[in-house]
Amino acid sequence: MSKKTLMAGNIAIAEGAILAGCQAYFGYPITPQNEILEHMSKRMPEEGRVFVQTESELAAINMVYGAAAAGCRAMTSTSSPGFSLEQEGISYMSGAELPGVIVNVMRGGPGLGNIGGAQGDYFQSAKGGGHGDYRVINLAPASVQEMMDLTMLAFELADKYRNPVVVLADGFLGQAMEPVVMREPVTELPSKPWAITGALGRAKNIINSFEMDPVNFPPRVKLLLRKFKKMRRNEVRYEGLNLGDASLVIVAYGSASRSALTAMKMARQEGIPVGLLRPITLFPFPYEALSNLAQRINDFLVAELSSGQFIEDVKLAVGLDKRVALVNQYGGVPLLAEEILEAIEKMIKQPVGG
Amino acid sequence: MTKFSISELDTVLYHRPESLEDYPFHFCPGCGHGIVFRLIAEIVDELNIKERAVCVACVGCSVNSYHYFNFDGLESAHGRAPAVATAIKRCHPHLVPFTYQGDGDLAAIGTAEIVHACARGENITTIFVNNAVYGMTGGQMAPTTLVGMYSTSTPGGRKPSLSGYPIRVCEMLSTLDGTAYVARVSVHNPAAVRKTKQAIKLAFRTQLANLGMSLVEVLSPCPVNWRLEPVKALEWLVKHMLPQYPLGEFKVIEAVAALKKGDRLCTKK
Amino acid sequence: MVVAQRPNLAYVIIDTERCKGCRLCISVCPKKIIGLASHINQMGYTPAVVIEEKAHECTGCTACAIMCPDTVISVYRCDRVPSKPAS
Repeated sequence: MSKKTLMAGNIAIAEGAILAGCQAYFGYPITPQNEILEHMSKRMPEEGRVFVQTESELAAINMVYGAAAAGCRAMTSTSSPGFSLEQEGISYMSGAELPGVIVNVMRGGPGLGNIGGAQGDYFQSAKGGGHGDYRVINLAPASVQEMMDLTMLAFELADKYRNPVVVLADGFLGQAMEPVVMREPVTELPSKPWAITGALGRAKNIINSFEMDPVNFPPRVKLLLRKFKKMRRNEVRYEGLNLGDASLVIVAYGSASRSALTAMKMARQEGIPVGLLRPITLFPFPYEALSNLAQRINDFLVAELSSGQFIEDVKLAVGLDKRVALVNQYGGVPLLAEEILEAIEKMIKQPVGG
Repeated sequence: MTKFSISELDTVLYHRPESLEDYPFHFCPGCGHGIVFRLIAEIVDELNIKERAVCVACVGCSVNSYHYFNFDGLESAHGRAPAVATAIKRCHPHLVPFTYQGDGDLAAIGTAEIVHACARGENITTIFVNNAVYGMTGGQMAPTTLVGMYSTSTPGGRKPSLSGYPIRVCEMLSTLDGTAYVARVSVHNPAAVRKTKQAIKLAFRTQLANLGMSLVEVLSPCPVNWRLEPVKALEWLVKHMLPQYPLGEFKVIEAVAALKKGDRLCTKK
Repeated sequence: MVVAQRPNLAYVIIDTERCKGCRLCISVCPKKIIGLASHINQMGYTPAVVIEEKAHECTGCTACAIMCPDTVISVYRCDRVPSKPAS
């Protein structure tokens, strides 16, 4: 059994980035993810890599843009209000085809909100919160191990598609501590001939997203859209538990899926055949997996830490003739397994169509 | 009229610098950007840093600057060029990134980025072209628009009671310890253009010697949005902008002064 | 490119098709040897040209080239060796 280390979620993200070969980290203090910034401020110089605490999240995302343009693996981490500030930069990165990892440890919102874990940034993050026709792969960890693993995967996918990738966690996962298997460091980084490294022995490289001529810009966007189509085809990831004999499926991601896991076990003890489908990628969303389930299952219970955002995609996937109920908390309050169990019991009591 | 060919024996006193693409500028007639671009290209040639120079463009009339230089270049979001350049320099210290920014880009939306790049003493160079208006968008008030000056968003002239006062960027930034060289120059006549070139060249040499942040503010005409003929625009610049924005060097740390002494000996043109 | 008659000290060449007629060169030339052309170029501007009769007064000071916002002016100094004018 490989050695495990007890680690907080935020630290697992930082160490995951370092293992993935992150050469430049730029961050700004914001609870509940300050530990990432603090850890990186110590570890990145230790590794001889770039670290800057910036004057704002605007500067942080634009430094990620600069480092990515220079061909380096780069990352920033923030929480909901800061993530809002970074949307323009993320749109520029997608438009200029730059890889980069943006970690969003969500907290209660809107506004200053509070610092408890939440999932209220779902629309902004999974649907793309900046301007223009672009999408961003969203990876949603549900354990401290996944905080490390999905951060590493984020760097890989960012380089694979030359597009920013978001790791969408929340304050509960960020602060929680769990045993983690340390992964092997990535040694081979992809070559980037397009990068800004100085026009030595080659023609100049230009990185931009600006195209004044309306005739020339759509073809560029078309290239991006082709990438997002490829992401939908190749990068959908989700976890399915007890779906075989399930008559009701809970759909949940991140922290909410942990409470759902416990609720599923409790329901099964009461003899209720409940399954769980946990999307790991929020874009590309596992529509197909859900619509397949919908061919034989009628009841879907969506558990989320937001006010009915994630549920929209579940409804989109399963269709309007299925029963899709919502059990949720928002504003930084955790969702307990008992609450989900109660919703399960209520749902199976109601006759279909009742 | 008799024609004669250029004899190869004739000495070239002035010609297009190599680092400038043979590509016509899109600027309006008499715009100062064209002069500053050419000076930068001359300096990149003279310092022989074409393989290391990186043009970090801003959003404004000079948004296409990376098309005009034939070395690496990239676009940055409005106001964020100093952050982009910071990352490039820290990732590849051998590169020579310079940000080319207008007054809207640097002194309005990008104020935090330029202040903190200076405060951190980033080893980058900023060329800040101040023409007192937002040119690309059609002549609105900029943070450097003079009191009483017309702009499309200060009809009847800028009134402090409504729109506050113009910002003197060099004076502000020279108080930050991270700055090694801060100077304000102008392009209102050939002598001033020569001084502009000297200042920009010294700024690049400051970066090459890793001495910290270098910034050169260039007062420049915007004939179309000032609603003046190019020649008249230069006269207006001298009469109205120079008093508000005095020329000179506002920060020259010792090490840069030493460079300057050496510079004076070998300045040809 | 139209080039003036060979002066004895230096001469200026203006790419009249790229000149935008901003007249900065005209205003800074110490010898006042640059004037406006009588034609309009492909961009619709009236370009600057060296005035025929005064071309020989050019000293090669490069003020015009330094002020040109479009880099359309090149300046050359004639060397002692007289070169044959093109027939």
